[in-house]
Amino acid sequence: MNRHLLSVADLSRDDALLILDTAEELARVSDRPIKKLPTLRGRTVVNLFFEDSTRTRISFEAAAKRLSADVINFSVKGSSVAKGESLKDTALTLEAMGADAVVIRHVASGAPQRLAGWIRGHVVNAGDGMHEHPTQALLDAFTIRRRLGLRPGAGGSGPGGAGRPAPGSGRPGTGGLDGVRVTIVGDVLHSRVARSNITLLNILGAEVTLVAPPTLLPIAVDGWPCEVSYDLDAVLPKSDVIMMLRVQQERMTAAYFPSVREYSRRYGLDTGRMAALPEHAIVMHPGPMNRGVEIAAEVADSPRSTIVEQVANGVSVRMAVLYLLLGGAELPGEPR
Amino acid sequence: MHAHNAGDGPAGPHADRAGRSGDAGSAGSGPGRDDPGGHKRVFEPTEIRRALTRIAHEILERTHGADDIVLLGIPTRGVPLAERLAERAAEFEGRPVPWGSLDVTMYRDDLRLRPARALGRTELPADGIDGKTVVIVDDVLYSGRTVRAALDALTDLGRPRSVQLAVLVDRGHRELPIRADYVGKNLPTSQREMVRVLLTETDGEDAVLLGEWKGALA
Repeated sequence: MNRHLLSVADLSRDDALLILDTAEELARVSDRPIKKLPTLRGRTVVNLFFEDSTRTRISFEAAAKRLSADVINFSVKGSSVAKGESLKDTALTLEAMGADAVVIRHVASGAPQRLAGWIRGHVVNAGDGMHEHPTQALLDAFTIRRRLGLRPGAGGSGPGGAGRPAPGSGRPGTGGLDGVRVTIVGDVLHSRVARSNITLLNILGAEVTLVAPPTLLPIAVDGWPCEVSYDLDAVLPKSDVIMMLRVQQERMTAAYFPSVREYSRRYGLDTGRMAALPEHAIVMHPGPMNRGVEIAAEVADSPRSTIVEQVANGVSVRMAVLYLLLGGAELPGEPR
Repeated sequence: MHAHNAGDGPAGPHADRAGRSGDAGSAGSGPGRDDPGGHKRVFEPTEIRRALTRIAHEILERTHGADDIVLLGIPTRGVPLAERLAERAAEFEGRPVPWGSLDVTMYRDDLRLRPARALGRTELPADGIDGKTVVIVDDVLYSGRTVRAALDALTDLGRPRSVQLAVLVDRGHRELPIRADYVGKNLPTSQREMVRVLLTETDGEDAVLLGEWKGALA
């Protein structure tokens, strides 16, 4: 593992599997009466949010608190803070407060990278501009692995006097997403979630197809390791996972499609389209949803939807990331 | 440099863990790596079998027939030991004896001395541990720090009526006021030596090896 989590592209397959396997064990803590581990006692995690995001912030906050870290929430309303100098000043303030890790969300792509160059603590990218949102991709991969029964040791009966236990050590090894067909639908252009997901899903061996109006695909999509389609109905029967992206009205400064109704008709997931999916397929959405736009309410609330699970899994995955970054010693000679 | 008190360095108190596969990335985790280097076999498979049979009997004796006991193995090698003890106890008593695993990684006091390590699994029997007699099972008892961590982990999982400790090998050099209730073999060692327990389930064979400790851990 690197010192920071800035981009999923920095992760090897083994790193990614270590995070997922660790999250798997940590998820069990959420089922216990005492949902707390002493591991990060005395460590300080700062949530530095330059962009509003209640769910990601509270997810990181819950994760840090379950590991007994102290949490400081530093939210900068609006984005009047330009990057450059003032981000640096903020960084130095955090450094002076003794932040062991900074979880940063910023409107500017690359801000976490800059921050990592200024402070001694670990930096976790919680979403930067249109660049990356690594923990979202990790929690999505975690959710896919669980729901499709791909985690190592799945199906093994537990101990208790009968049957063989699941492999006690939870060794990584397999547990990737090899051959899983994932279709990502919607506003790929503005979506850091899509970017992180495409990269991570590839690292884990999944096959990714993007479906979007041509106006909402980046020009560079040709070079990406995925297929592109403009016809949702053709792709549905060949999908194990369908991931709906939010129509990001706040980022739409130009007319990318004629009307919300037309978008919904061509690229929205309604009950009819859900019926075209294979029986085992799951429906994902990173939230927050625009019900009735990219996803119909009946689909969002159906048993195939993993939307609520994704929130719970987010806490486990973020616990794993914080533990793996902060829980051990620094290797001597590791680059800062 | 490792002739000092075991508490001095990161490697000291856990030299016995050098071969544990639960410690991802540690040196010498593959069986056989150190075997040619003059390791002495101090415990043969039959002796391990007899020791476990004896411990199973002792547990039944001390707990008056194993009413309400739960055997919890500490990963990696404590888990198969707990399973074996539970199997034997069940055989002698004619009813199942619950067992599980208890990972203590997140409760260790030396986390910040080494890179973050992979977690083992905590899996309790369906009835939990409240009001039960929990027997913690591990392969080697050395500094006592693992057991200290296990006691903390148990506190977060429930409130056992009492807690006991069973180990295959007690090699001495305690750093905390902890002792085992059931011991397979007392093995006098120097702190420079390394004790490795091999089990069929994890290593393909049963043996206890004693040798000079030479590998660095990180």
